[in-house]
Amino acid sequence: MKTNDVILQFTAKIVFFMIFFYAVHIFFAGHYTPGGGFVGGLVTASAIVLLIIAFDIKTVQSIIPINYIYLVAVGLIIAGATAAFSMIMGKPFFTHYFDYFNLPILGKTSLHTAALFDLGVYLVVVGVTMTIIQTIGEDE
Amino acid sequence: MFQVLCIFIPILAALFMPFFYKKVRSIHTGWFVLIVPLFLVTFYATFVPLISKGETEIAQLDWIPSLGISFVSYLDGLSLLFSLLISGIGALVVLYSIYYLDRTVEQLHNFYIYLLMFMSAMLGVVQSDNMITLYLFWELTSISSFLLIGYWFNRDKSRFGALKSTLITVGGGMMMLGGFVLLSIMGETFSIRELIEQAPQLATNDTFVIALILILLGAFTKSAQFPFYIWLPDAMEAPTPVSAYLHSATMVKAGIYLVARFTPIFALSEVWVWLVAGIGLLTLFWGSFFAVKQTDLKGILAFSTVSQLGLIMSLLGVSAIAYHVNGAQDTVFKYAAFAAIFHLINHATFKGSLFMIAGIVDHETGTRDIRKLGGLMGLMPISFTVALIGSFSMAGLPPFNGFLSKEMFLTAMLSVAQFDLFNFTTWGVLFPIIAWVASVFTFIYSFYFVFRTFTGKIKLEELPKKPHEAPMGMLISPVILASLVVAIFFIPNLIADTFVKPAVVAIQPFLYTNPEQVDIHVAAWHGGITPELLMTIGIIILGAILFMTLAKWQKVYEAFPAKLTLNNLYDFIVYEFSDKWMNRFSKLYMTGSIRGYLTYMFTGIAIIVIGTLFIKDGFKVSFIGASPIRLSQVLLILVLVIGTVTTVFAKSRITSIIALGAVGYTVSLFFVMFNAPDLALTQLVIETISVALFLLAFYHLPKFQKVEERTRFRFGRAFVSIAVGVMVTLVALSAHSQKYIESIAQYYKDTVYTLAGGGNIVNVILVDYRGFDTLFEITVLAIAGMAIYGMIKLRMSRKEKNYENK
Repeated sequence: MKTNDVILQFTAKIVFFMIFFYAVHIFFAGHYTPGGGFVGGLVTASAIVLLIIAFDIKTVQSIIPINYIYLVAVGLIIAGATAAFSMIMGKPFFTHYFDYFNLPILGKTSLHTAALFDLGVYLVVVGVTMTIIQTIGEDE
Repeated sequence: MFQVLCIFIPILAALFMPFFYKKVRSIHTGWFVLIVPLFLVTFYATFVPLISKGETEIAQLDWIPSLGISFVSYLDGLSLLFSLLISGIGALVVLYSIYYLDRTVEQLHNFYIYLLMFMSAMLGVVQSDNMITLYLFWELTSISSFLLIGYWFNRDKSRFGALKSTLITVGGGMMMLGGFVLLSIMGETFSIRELIEQAPQLATNDTFVIALILILLGAFTKSAQFPFYIWLPDAMEAPTPVSAYLHSATMVKAGIYLVARFTPIFALSEVWVWLVAGIGLLTLFWGSFFAVKQTDLKGILAFSTVSQLGLIMSLLGVSAIAYHVNGAQDTVFKYAAFAAIFHLINHATFKGSLFMIAGIVDHETGTRDIRKLGGLMGLMPISFTVALIGSFSMAGLPPFNGFLSKEMFLTAMLSVAQFDLFNFTTWGVLFPIIAWVASVFTFIYSFYFVFRTFTGKIKLEELPKKPHEAPMGMLISPVILASLVVAIFFIPNLIADTFVKPAVVAIQPFLYTNPEQVDIHVAAWHGGITPELLMTIGIIILGAILFMTLAKWQKVYEAFPAKLTLNNLYDFIVYEFSDKWMNRFSKLYMTGSIRGYLTYMFTGIAIIVIGTLFIKDGFKVSFIGASPIRLSQVLLILVLVIGTVTTVFAKSRITSIIALGAVGYTVSLFFVMFNAPDLALTQLVIETISVALFLLAFYHLPKFQKVEERTRFRFGRAFVSIAVGVMVTLVALSAHSQKYIESIAQYYKDTVYTLAGGGNIVNVILVDYRGFDTLFEITVLAIAGMAIYGMIKLRMSRKEKNYENK
């Protein structure tokens, strides 16, 4: 028998997006203010965990159909590739590039390859956290 | 160049022996092998005229030139003599083995590969001038001897003997390597010739005596000297050709060779004279005394070999005395080295033939037990004749070569009593007495060997096989050796001029520079009643009486307690001490309990760190640069301490988990207080997740063990914990109080915007300045995730588990 957690599920739906956008915010803000890929990833994972608590693993899996192990791999590849990119340009491993651009909507914005690396970190953290929680949760 | 390659000819030929064995089944593989020693003996014989004039031949093949290591073939009187012995007796032994080992039953390719390997190794030992390659070949003789002793590897005793000989000889070899290294450090060269040139300077070194003792250990273990002789009797499990070749004529003489070769370097030392002469004499007596106790034919011969090697060794020791005597050329000490080399040749001839006869008796009657044998004289006349010649020569009777060398031996020993250095005036008197007594026993066991086997009543019913004379082929080699025994008696000076004198020059370069200067004339009759002759007559009379009454006094040997033998000591060391005791000792500390190992580690770390702080006077407390303490910090620390204490002393696990969580959150508050927002954020989230995981683990604890119990207080553990805590505190305080290098943080502050285009220093360090760390930290995370996934998902079914356990 399953209890009808209407309030929890309803709240979770809203709060999920709040947490998720907060996570995205601290991810992007990381270069200038506290935050970054690691915390961002953890907070994103916690948002998904909230969904899992409110519903169940299978439902969440159908809503967000991601194999988190692949996510880990993709994250590692992005991080590694970003670091290795500079080698093609004849610079040492892990040289970052940044500059300021005038983008159509956002205006004058700095674009930094470190953000790509951070994206890798973000994906790995989300992937690993979710892999751990999901495998332990599914275990009988 | 070819001269160096000759050392390797046997081992290269060994490569082809399996081919001959497998493809040419109709011909005994030994015939192919025989070519090798025959070629070598001819090759080395061509050097004889040159070397006997006192010249030397040297050839070199670089191996590791940058380290000064090369294969050198240095032929002087000593090494040429040994090379001829090795290849000559090698040829005879191969010929003998062709008839001894059955082509259809035995694994001949194995046998001949080992034998050829040994031949190369032995040639290398005696010709190497470079100490490192000498050691290389030395160990190769140990290895090939191991393989040959264990040739019948399905017998327990063979494996036991092989292991024993290897442990002892390789152990000694290691010591010798140490001695070589010390010598090479002192003389800054690996070349023995160059070391001999600077011998007087070497003797002033502090480590000279250590090198001397280490090298002697190598020589004594190899040459079966007291107390290392115990491997030789057990090595008699080898096939008889092997015993005849390795354990009488060649390998056991490697130690003799080494002592002879190093005499010019070490002769200046009193320790050398005493050790070589003393141990040699002790071995001589010990071996001859216990040879009479043996009942196995090869056992008698093994002990007799031990004893004869002791004789040669003691002579070499006495030959070193010549260095200390003024005008030694006019004294009797000059005889010693000559006698040693002469006896070495004689021993190789008669002992080789005796071993072959023992093999023939074993082969034709099926037993080597002297108690079952007897009366074979009529059935095996040729073997008897050879055995008689060999034994009489061993006993030192005329007209055989043993007589000549025994006379010279007694002369040398008598001379020791007149030597007045190094306390020889007090103890030197013992030398001729012990030598004489040992000679009496030598006489007894020689007679015991030949007459118990060949005369008396034949006991046909006790013999496993019906005895008959051996085939001609098997008799060729012992007959050749026996005729040499007789021939040398009649033409001793020919042998002396060609072989012995050049070798004496190599041993005593401080006396002679040319073989012609060695003015020793061997003669059977000295033209008068000399003390030596009287001693020989005494030996014969007393020996004959004791041999007649052997049955009465042989019980003496039973009086010796079996527990106090050296074999027992070996068994104790190898099986009792190394095996049982050491295992027990290991089990004392390798308990398998992780708690125990952690205790070792923590205790060790605490002792090392606190000890270092104490010894180096590194402890210091200074509050310069410390910030003022605020009330909020005090409160937070209080919470932290309470949380920690609760974690340790809580009765329930869940309390501990919650308390641990409290500690974690307090730490994140500290991060907030010390201006580390990134850390605070991460710490909060991570603490939450880990507490959740702890709770998960707690929930799944097995029910039946779930007894809620307070952690028991153990004084030892509390002490170790406190020690570790004190250690960390002391180190932290001292490290904080003594800052020698400026922090590099200022650089980050200055360049975070201009160079890295960021504002959050922590994040910029993580992804930019030191992104490498981060890359691998996320890899660590990924691995942890995979590991958890693997542990939970990939469980083996019971069936697979059983499969794995198999």
